[in-house]
Amino acid sequence: MSTAAPGRTRSSMARLKSLPAFFILLAVVVFVFYQFVLGGLVSPVQDFFDSWFPLTSVNQCLIWAMLAVGLNIVVGYAGLLDLGYVAFWAIGGYVAAWIMSPFFQQWKINIFGSAAPGLEQGIHINFWLVLPLGAAFCALWGVLIGAPTLRLKSDYLALVTLGFGEIIPEVFRNAGDINGFNLTNGAKGIDPIDAIPTGPFALLGIPGNLGAFDNTYKFIVYALLLAFAIFVSLRIRVGRLGRAWLAIREDELAASMMGVPLMQTKLASYAVGAALGGMGGVAYATLTGGVIPDSFQFSNSIILLAMVVLGGMGNVWGVLLGALILEWINAVGLPQFGTSFNNTFSTDINFPSYNFLIFGLLLILMMLFRREGLLPETRTRQVLQAPERGELESVGADLEETPV
Amino acid sequence: MSAITEEAAPPLSMHADGITIRFGGLTAVRDVSFTIPRESIVSLIGPNGAGKTTFFNVLTGLYKPTLGRVYLGERDVTGVTPHRIASMGLARTFQNIRLFNLMTAEENVLVAMHSHMKSGVFRTVLRTGQQRREEREGREFARELLDFVGIGKVWDDYARNLSYGDQRRLEVARALALRPQVLLLDEPTAGMNPQESARFVDFVHRVRDEQKISILLIEHDMSVVMRVSERITVLDRGEKIAEGGPADIRNDQRVVEAYLGKTGTEGGYRRDDQ
Repeated sequence: MSTAAPGRTRSSMARLKSLPAFFILLAVVVFVFYQFVLGGLVSPVQDFFDSWFPLTSVNQCLIWAMLAVGLNIVVGYAGLLDLGYVAFWAIGGYVAAWIMSPFFQQWKINIFGSAAPGLEQGIHINFWLVLPLGAAFCALWGVLIGAPTLRLKSDYLALVTLGFGEIIPEVFRNAGDINGFNLTNGAKGIDPIDAIPTGPFALLGIPGNLGAFDNTYKFIVYALLLAFAIFVSLRIRVGRLGRAWLAIREDELAASMMGVPLMQTKLASYAVGAALGGMGGVAYATLTGGVIPDSFQFSNSIILLAMVVLGGMGNVWGVLLGALILEWINAVGLPQFGTSFNNTFSTDINFPSYNFLIFGLLLILMMLFRREGLLPETRTRQVLQAPERGELESVGADLEETPV
Repeated sequence: MSAITEEAAPPLSMHADGITIRFGGLTAVRDVSFTIPRESIVSLIGPNGAGKTTFFNVLTGLYKPTLGRVYLGERDVTGVTPHRIASMGLARTFQNIRLFNLMTAEENVLVAMHSHMKSGVFRTVLRTGQQRREEREGREFARELLDFVGIGKVWDDYARNLSYGDQRRLEVARALALRPQVLLLDEPTAGMNPQESARFVDFVHRVRDEQKISILLIEHDMSVVMRVSERITVLDRGEKIAEGGPADIRNDQRVVEAYLGKTGTEGGYRRDDQ
């Protein structure tokens, strides 16, 4: 046929299959580099990596990427604008804080947990069990929040989700004293959070518990979690549910007329997105070693959304790229650039405080010159770059027709 | 038990009983009863504003009738949500094509199989044997349907890149993927030239004969209506003014008046009919 789509679709499918392998390979290379190679290099190189690519920030990037990939399921796949995704991040973080810390002094529960010596009070559940628990708890909240709000369309939905994104951290801030019961420790937050136990891998010489300083091993843990989020996103995309989400994104009415239950399908996207957000929240809590309500601000939802849009809505790899780049700029690039700039020109400009100015500019530039994002979905690229066949016909272009 | 119900099944695929719809003070449809016999081709016609589309929307579940009941087979589907009616066996196409533009032809058809498939989040992520089999069977059925409507070659093209005629065919293939008892076609020949319309008449017959389903058309092109329908219902200002075979309708004084006004000439109508 005259259109080139078939070949293009097939080749992109083949590429998708090899990319996860590429991702894991890359993660292993990074790990080996930081763990074994970097220490042996000359000190200027070490300094460069210490200041421009410190592992704590790399790990932070991975966690943001996980959350962005989760948000992409709601926004990119199902086309539902969610401005309050930070709520699930916060819930996941607090789940970890409740059941992986000495916070609840009145109880003493330990399920394969890794309580630090002297902090055995409280609930200590193994990190690897907390992950699915946090995911399930967030999925439940996704459904609870989604059920009343998903009846709304586009802009209204966005506003209500924004409201929930504001309410949930506010609840955590104010639940320090519920009739005398301290649920969240108020604005002070909860810490310390237990280390990540490595279980049988400890026999290989890896520390048995990954605390604040085991960044290289934590990198592997977070890379695995991110790989899991990517894996789930890619698989779910090509199945029955992924198609239904896409159909809803394209034409809600037509989808419902084709037997797709709108409410149920949208709720599923909320639940899956929330579950990944919850896992991201649990991971985040172990990275920072504690949670405070202040870290779950509205701006986080917006930055996550910017990552999704900038990277390429709907394409997991684009979102991954967008998240890594934006979070790197935010956490390392901008402060480091500021320091170098100030040192060179003996100025005193606070560069990190301009991060939103720079994000705003980036978004404007992207919308002007590359609206579909860095790595767009094949489908979206279609719309923005190729004219519709109907349009061509309407201006009299000669296109052969399928023989009847 | 199923054998008994099959035997006792009524000859009607769809049946609307005394449908009245009011929007505020406006009565859009007044006490219309309507039946679609099994494996028949029936048409709903009427001048613009006669209430055809409103009536159509009651059948598909978009509107709940103020009065009256709708039955699909034996089941009362009055007030049932559109997606459930669809999965019970009522499929439709749209007057102004509503495909999922950024999905391939095959994916469009697969979407309509949603209610017949079962795989949820976990099965899809784990890609269980059951899920893979379901996907494979779905794809095979989709390709069969695309071949059936004659666009098998473009299965992997995005719907938006198909030609107008192919898009209409894809809509039919997508609707058939619901394995419906009844297929509603909303002005299917809109935008077709006379040759295409003529071919379309054969196509409708083929769909009915090979898929063993009933078909309801809303159509403006009288030559298509007269050639394709076994039974025609005429609506005017929300009321049913005539019902019968093509020959009866052609000679019905009220129908002629509804279309041409009381002073209209017979010749004017006949020209339309050739």
